[in-house]
Amino acid sequence: MKKTGAQIFLESLLKEGVDTIFGYPGGAVLPIYDALYGVTALKHILVRHEQGAVHMADGYARASGKPGVVLVTSGPGATNTVTGIATAYMDSIPIVVFTGQVPTALIGNDAFQEADIVGITRPCTKHNYLVKDIKDLTRIIKEAFYIAATGRPGPVLVDIPKDVLTASTEFKYPEKVELKSYQPTYKGHIGQIKKAVELIIKAKRPVLYTGGGVVLSDASGELKVFAEKMNIPVTNTLMGLGGFPGTHPLFLGMLGMHGTYCANMAVTNTDCLIAVGARFDDRVTGKIDEFAPFAKVIHIDIDPTSISKNVRVDVPIVGDVKSVLKDMLKALDETKGRSNAERGNEKAQKDALAEWYGQIKQWGDTHKLSYKLNEKKIKPQYVIERLYDLTKGNAIITTEVGQNQMWAAQFYKFDKPRTFLTSGGLGTMGYGFPAAIGAQFAFPDKTVIDIAGDGSIQMNIQELATAVQYKLPVKVAILNNKFLGMVRQWQEFFYEKRYSYACMDAAPDFVKVAEAYGAVGLRATKPEDVDGVIKEALAVKNKPVFMDFHIDREEDVYPMVPAGQPLNKMLLV
Amino acid sequence: MRHTISVLVDNEFGVLSKVSSLFSGRGFNIESLCVAETLDPKVSRMTIVTTGDDQIVEQITKQLNKLINVIKVSDLTAEEHIERELAMIKVNANADDRAEILSVIDIFRGKVVDVSPTTYTIEMTGDAEKVNAITELLRPFGIKEIVRTGKIAMARSPKSGK
Repeated sequence: MKKTGAQIFLESLLKEGVDTIFGYPGGAVLPIYDALYGVTALKHILVRHEQGAVHMADGYARASGKPGVVLVTSGPGATNTVTGIATAYMDSIPIVVFTGQVPTALIGNDAFQEADIVGITRPCTKHNYLVKDIKDLTRIIKEAFYIAATGRPGPVLVDIPKDVLTASTEFKYPEKVELKSYQPTYKGHIGQIKKAVELIIKAKRPVLYTGGGVVLSDASGELKVFAEKMNIPVTNTLMGLGGFPGTHPLFLGMLGMHGTYCANMAVTNTDCLIAVGARFDDRVTGKIDEFAPFAKVIHIDIDPTSISKNVRVDVPIVGDVKSVLKDMLKALDETKGRSNAERGNEKAQKDALAEWYGQIKQWGDTHKLSYKLNEKKIKPQYVIERLYDLTKGNAIITTEVGQNQMWAAQFYKFDKPRTFLTSGGLGTMGYGFPAAIGAQFAFPDKTVIDIAGDGSIQMNIQELATAVQYKLPVKVAILNNKFLGMVRQWQEFFYEKRYSYACMDAAPDFVKVAEAYGAVGLRATKPEDVDGVIKEALAVKNKPVFMDFHIDREEDVYPMVPAGQPLNKMLLV
Repeated sequence: MRHTISVLVDNEFGVLSKVSSLFSGRGFNIESLCVAETLDPKVSRMTIVTTGDDQIVEQITKQLNKLINVIKVSDLTAEEHIERELAMIKVNANADDRAEILSVIDIFRGKVVDVSPTTYTIEMTGDAEKVNAITELLRPFGIKEIVRTGKIAMARSPKSGK
């Protein structure tokens, strides 16, 4: 029996196991929306802006590990997705974005709501397609999901002209993908793995530096076993938080521009840096020439282009983090007898290791993450600490970008992967709230909190209507300082306090905004209000809550490595 | 240093722009680029000439390999290979100069492919140096137009014949 392109599209999604689509209708995709009418097997979430749809799909994917799916119309619908796609691309998040397109005969005619979205998104997708013939539709959908979720994951865009949706053909979904030019390497080279293990055994000052790859490949279990077995201290990147337990005694905290003193000193002084699923971003390395200057560098990454892109690597291992860590554990077991004997004989190394652990403890003790409590003013760090305690560390936390993001990363301790969702690479303000909505769809019973600033929450505040419509109990903690806080902090430090356009004096009354949308609005202006507001918010079960915390306006994020400085040149509290 | 990179890609629309936007987006440099179908009509070959230090060229080959539509990337610079370029040169040729121009063409084993009362159009094949050399010798006569294909290249077969 023949089916239309629109029907084939929906059936293909079901074949891929999709249960939720984030979307917004429009002319070019009306055939799909007509086919969706009355369908219950697929839940379509009606957003308020297409950017929100992509961030929701992204949050859904990060929290659940399953690809997120977006459906939007042509032209402005498609161009509105670009920031969301670029956000997912920089952080390697598997999403599939379907855009409507004008009929094939009109492509290139500057037709109404036409945009060359395949051209526009070429640099920010892992791959993209324009479907020109209904006969290619199922193959392309199958490939899109496969490419998005395998190897180094990423966003894939599929652009479907309207006439392809209305044409009809037999529906037959391909069993498997045939892509001869795309074969990601999962298994690490065993010779390289052995070389790495030799280095690690002999290291006197080893450090594990782990990133988002650990979370993406679900390797946090293997990482923990590995770190504990070799007794190696661990530091995470922003993207890696939760990949190693934040409360673990071997955990040094985050490294980089706003990393802990201990983590940055450890990385600067290590003689063996084991980079696992991390890509040596400039916010992590600081001045690249002085990053880990004494270290032999081992780098495990599934993407060969990440290796030796920014720093010279001594032992590169291309492969899936989980698989490589497993093989490294095996290789360790095989060398164990010999290496222990070697280690026992080498008293010098034992002493060196003991000294290293002592040194790290001392760094950790001398400059803990800290802030000065104030009786009158709410400190933002205090809000995060109270959120941590009152949720017992079990919430899924999303963030916007800026000070709110850094305080969340520093003061909420993430013990489990996929519980900290943040735009690390692109740094997208307006990400956190829709991402929280997406995560809440993936886990309706979990507490999901967006930690926001008063600036960034206004970038996608319209999604409050989406959260109200679907009765989602998403919480938003607005750290309200009436400033673009991080911009102001940079202007304070590096531009002689010339606060050029960093001030948001005309912010709305967020309590009233929440109420206008049919959500709950709460406010805390004094430290003693904080617990009450959080408890009241956590008790709300069927609608979103805005918590408006009026914080100390000029609080700064410390420590800070000024851009371009080496990691050990930190500004401390 | 200059590198000649040979890339096998899916012969589909949009692939050329994926490759070229990779170069522009990452700040890599393209000196020339040639594309045409191979024996297999589903596959095209691109010959790209680029410059960069070892680290940059390593990134270029890795980034090319990462594109889904790229089947194979080989940097021919490191191995024995043959390079050719085709140029068409339209040069002023008045009665006084014709003999001299023809002798230059003859020395370079070029071919006159079109003649008008005032011009010759010459077809010239060779490596880039040869094309540059004849261009310089013809320049004094007045070159009206020149079209070059950019370099194509192929690895040599092993001498042992295996």
